[in-house]
Amino acid sequence: MVTPAIETRALRKVYKTPPPGMPQRGQSGPVEIVALDGLDLQVGAGEFFGLLGPNGAGKTTTIGILTTRVKPTSGAALVAGVDVVTDGVAVKQRIGVVPQRPNPDRSLIVIENLVFHAAYFGMHQAEAIRKAQGLLDMMGLGDRGGAKVDQLSGGQQQRLMIARALIHDPEILFLDEPTVGLDPQARLDLWELLRQMHGEGRTIVMTTHYMEEADRLCERIAIVDRGRLLACDSPRSLKAQAPGGTRIELTLDGDAAAAAEQARGQAGLLRVDVQGAVLSAYAERPGEVLASLIRTAEAAGRAVRDIHLAPPSLETLFISLTGRKLT
Amino acid sequence: MRPSRPPVPASRVFLALLARDLRVARREIVSFLVRSTLQPLLFVVVFGYLLPKMGFVQRGYGAALLPGILGISLALSSLQSVALPMMADFGWTKEIEDRLLAPAPIRLVAAEKVVAGVIQGFVAALFVLPVARLIMGPIDALTLAHAGTLLGITLLGALAFSTLGLWMGTGIPPQQIGLMFSVIVAPMIFFGCAYYPWQGLTPVPVIKYAVLVNPLVYVSEGMRGALTPGLPHMPWELVVVALVAMSALLWTAGIRTFERRAVS
Repeated sequence: MVTPAIETRALRKVYKTPPPGMPQRGQSGPVEIVALDGLDLQVGAGEFFGLLGPNGAGKTTTIGILTTRVKPTSGAALVAGVDVVTDGVAVKQRIGVVPQRPNPDRSLIVIENLVFHAAYFGMHQAEAIRKAQGLLDMMGLGDRGGAKVDQLSGGQQQRLMIARALIHDPEILFLDEPTVGLDPQARLDLWELLRQMHGEGRTIVMTTHYMEEADRLCERIAIVDRGRLLACDSPRSLKAQAPGGTRIELTLDGDAAAAAEQARGQAGLLRVDVQGAVLSAYAERPGEVLASLIRTAEAAGRAVRDIHLAPPSLETLFISLTGRKLT
Repeated sequence: MRPSRPPVPASRVFLALLARDLRVARREIVSFLVRSTLQPLLFVVVFGYLLPKMGFVQRGYGAALLPGILGISLALSSLQSVALPMMADFGWTKEIEDRLLAPAPIRLVAAEKVVAGVIQGFVAALFVLPVARLIMGPIDALTLAHAGTLLGITLLGALAFSTLGLWMGTGIPPQQIGLMFSVIVAPMIFFGCAYYPWQGLTPVPVIKYAVLVNPLVYVSEGMRGALTPGLPHMPWELVVVALVAMSALLWTAGIRTFERRAVS
């Protein structure tokens, strides 16, 4: 059997203090935060895999453990068949990491960030310089090699991080929310680049809280929330699991519970959920039920403030799984 | 699956990390020397040159002062060369992450920082010794005959303060670092037997024995033994044992706090 690129078994992480990036609250004494609560994942070699979930779902912690920077509380995590806890060095040898926030070495100029990183991986200087320049060219930073890191824009720094993650030619590339803070064009460019990296046979594991991003890029997606795996499949199969039909979201001028109660008996509706003033109904033919749904709400004494239709998507699946929105 | 590259020997990763630190140090050599030697050298100007000229201080004071000034410069440079970058490296963006991801145990990253601190201590000492001697003028008791001892003490002193830098740079919350430097470093300098020989404290036994926890005492006294062996100083065996023990203790403490910062 082929060794999976990544495997986690009952992976659990409890932080005694707020995990990095989480705001410190003013409370005193030890606080326990369960970031991962028994996560089981398997990523095949060469797969483009997405971890999708809202902030605080445990995505960054998962990446942290798989890249040896976070110690799991219990459970197992293997990268290329190697245990991340007992043989971190062998894991680091095989991976490239693009962090959530660019963290270039600010004491070095742009090209040195790549050349020294390559040297840490045993590359000779001449080869390192040649590869570094090639990557800078590819990232559209070809003429910025001599610049100080602080002179780069946020998007340019992000691309520098991707170049750094690639310079030692890793088998597995981890990207933690790589497109946060990028403008739309930069995001599309990055998608293109990632497809290219994947085309070269690399395993790519990416976290995101953008549905569209996961849908467009990933071969398989794991939906995680509160440290648990809710679903894991191809985007197409996941969408097929979404509650049938289009989601009709009516925002009312007050509590929607009474209106929802009356709507539940209505023909053509597959399911009706309520959350505060928002009534969500799922229907195969939204056009046929919309008018009667509005009348039902009005009959319950509410006025409709806003109507939103969402075709079956990862988003509708996510909401049906977790009861809340992704972003 | 893509073929994996052959494993990199730890020694090679170490040298690459060291090359990075030396590149950065070379670029910042002027600010580095100013930071770690300006204060001791100003002290030399006042106490080794001006006050003797004015007749407030005996001429022989220079012989007691010079080894101590060398000790302070060595201590400050090694300490700051490790502690200050550590604070930036583990700051908001955790810049050190690219080095923690190098295919080597993370202890190697800490060990390399200590070695880089030792080298920078040497550079500061090498700079301060001739400059201080020039400012003070000829010192009768001074000899360079014990160069081997001098090198040994410099090495052990730099090691003790680099490991102290590792511990302070990773163990102290960044927002308290200014305060901690005042609370730890200032008393360490004034009670480090740098401006007076340890023997001179005999009339104040409480202070004489309390200062023995201060690594600078052993560096200053070791420097005295090497540079002005004719004047009173601690036996070098005691100096060596104390500096080795303190380095070991500070490394043990420092690597613990380093690992706690590096892996969450």
